[in-house]
Amino acid sequence: MSDARLAELPPQARRGALGWARAHLFGGWASSLTTLCLVGLVVWLAPGLLRYLIIDAVWSAADGGACRAAGAGACWAFIGAKWPFFVYGPYPPELRWRVDLTMALGAALVAWNLWRGAPRKGLAALALLVAYPIAGFALLYGAPFLGLAIVPTAQWGGVFLSLLVAAVGIVFSLPLGVLLALGRRSKLPIVRMASVGFIEIVRGVPLITVLFMANVMLPLFVPEQWSPDRLLRPLVGVALFASAYMAEVVRAGLQAIPKGQIEGAQALGLSPWRMQRHVVLPQALALVIPNIVNTFIGLFKDTTLVAAVGALDFLRAIDVARLDPAWAGPTIATTGYVFAGLFYFVFCFAMSRYSLGVERRLARASAR
Amino acid sequence: MPSGSAVSAQAPRPRPWRDPRWRGLAAQALLVVVVGGLLFLAFTAARDNMRARGIPVDFGFWPQPSGFEVSQSLISYSAASSYGRAFTVGLLNTLLVAAIGIALASVIGFVIGLMRLSSNWLASRFAGAYVETLRNLPLLLQLLFWYNAVLKALPGPRQSLQAGPVYLNNRGLFAPEPLAGAGADAALIALAAGLSLAFVWVFVARGMQARTGRRPPVVLVALGLVAAPLLVAALMFGAPLHFQPAQLKGFNFVGGLRLTPEFVALVIGLSTYTASFIAEIVRAGVLAVPKGQREAAEALGLSHAQSLRLVIAPQAMRVIIPPLTSQYLNLTKNSSLAVFISFPDLVQVFMGTVLNQTGAAVPIVATTMAVYLVISLAVSFAMNAYNRRLARHGG
Repeated sequence: MSDARLAELPPQARRGALGWARAHLFGGWASSLTTLCLVGLVVWLAPGLLRYLIIDAVWSAADGGACRAAGAGACWAFIGAKWPFFVYGPYPPELRWRVDLTMALGAALVAWNLWRGAPRKGLAALALLVAYPIAGFALLYGAPFLGLAIVPTAQWGGVFLSLLVAAVGIVFSLPLGVLLALGRRSKLPIVRMASVGFIEIVRGVPLITVLFMANVMLPLFVPEQWSPDRLLRPLVGVALFASAYMAEVVRAGLQAIPKGQIEGAQALGLSPWRMQRHVVLPQALALVIPNIVNTFIGLFKDTTLVAAVGALDFLRAIDVARLDPAWAGPTIATTGYVFAGLFYFVFCFAMSRYSLGVERRLARASAR
Repeated sequence: MPSGSAVSAQAPRPRPWRDPRWRGLAAQALLVVVVGGLLFLAFTAARDNMRARGIPVDFGFWPQPSGFEVSQSLISYSAASSYGRAFTVGLLNTLLVAAIGIALASVIGFVIGLMRLSSNWLASRFAGAYVETLRNLPLLLQLLFWYNAVLKALPGPRQSLQAGPVYLNNRGLFAPEPLAGAGADAALIALAAGLSLAFVWVFVARGMQARTGRRPPVVLVALGLVAAPLLVAALMFGAPLHFQPAQLKGFNFVGGLRLTPEFVALVIGLSTYTASFIAEIVRAGVLAVPKGQREAAEALGLSHAQSLRLVIAPQAMRVIIPPLTSQYLNLTKNSSLAVFISFPDLVQVFMGTVLNQTGAAVPIVATTMAVYLVISLAVSFAMNAYNRRLARHGG
C-alpha cells in the first residue's frame, strides 16, 4: 500500500486504536500511572525471565555440571534426565508399560464419558466407575494368576501416583458425598446428626491432620494382622476428606430443587429412593456440576499433601530428585518447581475452563 | 373439610414395614447398631493394639520435659520445658501466622479484586493473570518455591540484600527491633486519651451533621486529637520507642528483629495464595451491587469516592463477608502446611515432634484436631450470628 493511499485512509481507524488506548489505558492520571507501572514491571522482568527460562537455559547435559556454570539459566536437562522418575517413581522400569496402559485406558474412558453425544454413555460410566478400577488395580499392583508380577505400593510414585490419589478421591467422594448430603437433609434425627457431625468435623480440620490420623490411627483400629497398606491409609484419608466437601456441594444442589418436583414425584407414587434416583438427584447434580469440578480442582491440588505421610507423589518426586548430588545446583529447585507448576496449572486450568463451559451451558439451558 | 377427614379416618393403617414411621425407626436403629458395632470393634482393637505395643493412651506425657528445641517461639521455651509448653508454642505460632497472613491476604486480595474490575485494560488483565495462576497451583508447591527456590537461594549474611536498615539473606529477614523507650508508659496513656477524645469527636460530629446538615471535618480533627497528646507526651517524657538495629557480626547478624526464612515463606505463600480467592470474592461482591445504585449515587451528586464508600462498599460487604470468613478459616487450616518447610506450627511441633517422641497417637491427634475444630466452630457461630443480624435488619 502506497503512502498516498495510507494518507487517504479515514482518520477514524487510527483514532480507534488511540481512542481505545485512551479509554482503556490512559483514562485519568491514576489509570495512566497504573499502566506505566505495569508496563515498567513487564519491561523490567520479561527479558530476565526470557533469558533464564529459554535463552540461557541448559537444554541437554549429562549431569548438573553445565547447570552449575555461572550465568546458566533453567536446567531443563535435569527434567529430561529425571522424567521417568517423575512419571513412574521407583516403579520397576521393565514393568512401566503397565502404568502406561492404565493411564491410556483411563484417559480414553474419561474422554468417552466427557464427550457429549457419545454412544452408550451408560456403558461408558459403568466401564469407568466399575470395570476400570478393578482392571487398573490388577495392572498396577499385579495379579499373579494373570501372570502379572506384584509391585508393592512402596514402589509406586510420580505423576501416576498423583493421578491415582486424585482418581480415588473423585470416585469415592461423589457417592459418599451424595449419601452424606441426603443424610443431612433426612427427617430421621439420628441419620441427620451423624451426617452433620461427620461433615462439620472433617470440614473443620486441615487435611494434614486427617492424613496423620489415617496414618497413625487406622493401623490401631484394626486387628494387627490386617494392618492397612501404607498407601491405602492416605487414600482413605483423602476420600473421607473430599466426601465431606462434596456433601456440601451436593446439598446446595438438593436445596435448589423446587418442592414441586418432590411433591410431583410423591403424587406419582414413587418410593423415596426412586424419587431421589429418578427425579431429585439428576437435577440437583446437574445444577452443581461446576461446583463439583471446582471441588475436584481443590482435591487435585490437595493430592500434594500425601507426601506428609510418606507417599512419593509428583511434587515429592521433584523435591527428592533436586537433592540428587549429580544434579544439585543453584537453579535446580527453581527449574523443578516451574516444571511442576506447569503440570499442575495445565490440569487445574483445563478443569476450571471445563467447569466454566458447563456453567454457561446450564445458564443457557435454564434461560430457554 | 368433612370429606377429607372422613377419607383419612377410613384409610387403613399401613403394615408396619410399609409405614414410613416404622421404616424410619428401623433404619435409624440399624444405623446405630452398625456404626456402634464398628466403633466398638475399632475401639476394642485399638485398646488391644495399644496395650500390646505399649503405646500411651493418656496425657501423662504433658508435664514431662520435651528435650527438643524450637526455632521460633513467642514465649520463653527451651529443651527443659514441658510437652505442654511445646503445645502452647506451636499453637501461638499457628495463630501468629494466621493473623499476619489474614491481614496481608485481605490487603492483597482487595487490591487485586478491585484491579480486576478496573477500567484500565492492563490492570484488569494483570489481576486476572494473578488470580488464574495462583489459584491453579497447589499451595504446597508455592510454599516450597518460596522457601527452597527463593529464600534459601538468597546470598549469605555477608552479601545480604539491603533496603535501608532491613537486610534479607538466606538466614532470614533482619530489621531494627522496636523496644520500649523512656516515654513508653506516658505514650500509652496519651494514646488512650487521644483515642477516646477522637471517639467522642466522631459522635459529636455525627450529632452536628444530623442537626445542621453540615458535616464537620471528622477525619482530620480525629487524627489531630490522637497525634497531639502523643507528641506532647514524647516531648515531655522522651521517645516512646527506640530501635535496635541488626548488625553484621562475624558470619551472622546479631540484635534487631529476625524473621526466619520458614516464617517469611509461610506468610508470603499463604497470603498470596489466599488473596487470589479473596480477589474473586471481592469482585463478585462489587458486581452484585445493582448498577442503579451507583447511578443513583451519581445522580445525588456524590463524588466517585463518596459513592464507593457510602453506597457501594456497604452493600458489597454484605455479599463479601460470609465467603471471606471461610477463606480466613481456610488460611488458618492451610497454615498446617508449615510442617513441609519445618516452621514450628501446631502440627509440626505437636503432631510431628511430640508425637514421634511420645508415641501417644490418640491423645495428640485428637487434641490437634480439636484445636482446629474449636477455631472453625467458633468462627462459624460468629458468622451465623452475623448473618442472622443482617437478615433481621433487611438485605
